[in-house]
Amino acid sequence: MGARILNALFVTAVLLGLWQALVTLADLPPFILPGPVRVAQALWNNAGLIGWHALVTFSEVLAGLVLGSLLGIVTALQLATSGLARRLIRPALVLTQALPVFALAPILTLWLGYGLWSKVLMAVLIIYFPVTSAFFDGLMQTPRGYLDLAQTMQATPRQRLWRIRVPAALPGLASGLRLAAVYAPIGAVIGEWVGASNGLGYLMLLANGRAKIDLMFAALVVLACLTLTLHVLVSRACDRLTARMV
Amino acid sequence: MSAPAIRVSGQAEIGGATLFGPLDLTLEPGGWTCLLGPSGVGKSTILRLIAGLDTGARFTGQITADGGPLPPSHLAYMAQDDLLLPWRSVLGNVMLGAELRGQKAERARAEKLLSDVGLAAHSGKRPAALSGGQRQRVALARTLMEDRPVVLLDEPFSALDARTRADMQDLAFGLLAGRSVLLVTHDPAEAARLGHRIFVLESHGLAQMPTPPGAPLRAVDDPALLTAQAQLLQHLRGKA
Repeated sequence: MGARILNALFVTAVLLGLWQALVTLADLPPFILPGPVRVAQALWNNAGLIGWHALVTFSEVLAGLVLGSLLGIVTALQLATSGLARRLIRPALVLTQALPVFALAPILTLWLGYGLWSKVLMAVLIIYFPVTSAFFDGLMQTPRGYLDLAQTMQATPRQRLWRIRVPAALPGLASGLRLAAVYAPIGAVIGEWVGASNGLGYLMLLANGRAKIDLMFAALVVLACLTLTLHVLVSRACDRLTARMV
Repeated sequence: MSAPAIRVSGQAEIGGATLFGPLDLTLEPGGWTCLLGPSGVGKSTILRLIAGLDTGARFTGQITADGGPLPPSHLAYMAQDDLLLPWRSVLGNVMLGAELRGQKAERARAEKLLSDVGLAAHSGKRPAALSGGQRQRVALARTLMEDRPVVLLDEPFSALDARTRADMQDLAFGLLAGRSVLLVTHDPAEAARLGHRIFVLESHGLAQMPTPPGAPLRAVDDPALLTAQAQLLQHLRGKA
């Protein structure tokens, strides 16, 4: 673990060095690409402002992640247990993927307003399919031997689902959730770009418009940290979930 | 619980091609019937037909227990893969059947069976912490937990090393006494050691083989057993 943190620190330091070198050597003006020191200063000077907008984005992402995952889990269970659901829902599910979520953002803002919910819904839409499809695939790939055994034991369909198929599909669900953790912020930020009065996406647009490129980068760095943190937390939870499956 | 005589009569085809021709197989009631044969000849299909499992083959004929239908609640199944659920403890795996039926598992009996197979000290562990032989013993305890008069064994010992396999044969034979057991195997030595009745399934039909002298479980160093297993092997090779 210590070695991993050291590695991450080393890579970060190298990247920051390259960044500064690029700025210095190419003699880029700060309104095109500010150096890391300048961005750090902007971050420090605007900590309260960025913190507030980060909190807004974080709430949107978290709500989207929870709702989208629950929705995906329920859908996958429905699909896995009912042939009718598979025939009816599955084509619709694929169709939703044919629509770029980005294109829906203005409509969602129109319907749900500038507040939290249009962003939450964007995040939900963007993670719903990966979660559903990863969990559903897991549910449909229960090792045949387990199902044979359950059949000779005269398992009830309910017990077979909850005691065999679902536990066997948890690694699949975990990979869906890991993806969702990095996708959800994308959804929320797109929502904020299209129409918002709060959030890191909004702050970046605002800063860009006022040529405060260092502030824009500071918001971007915070967004990246937020996504990374979320990814690590969800990965940890998933590892704990699947450690029992080995 | 009386151990019924299971009879399979009929034929099976797979994708229009004959898997096995008309055959008539009656299992030893309350004893071990060993079914030998080359791979892909349909041994496991017969076992799975009795178990009521998917085979992918079309079977025409009938399967009866003492002349009547065989209720699914009369059989237990054990395969080459131990099929232990990795997320359950050893004890949890032994108690799986009752839970899958939505009943309350008898914990004391499960613990007793685990100690019968020599794994009392491992009941809280996960299957991944056990050796292959130990895992098959857990699977045996799970099979016994079902307490069924008919037990279907699909090559359960074939992945074990020679010594573990002989130990497992001893253990299973003792613990499954009084039940009608069908053992599908490709090992002539195993069939000669355990069988009250021994059959060889080949593409052209089913042949009942002479059983070695003496009642099973036969001693591994019995010269008559060694002769019998050699004869079985010759028969399998088409040289008898």
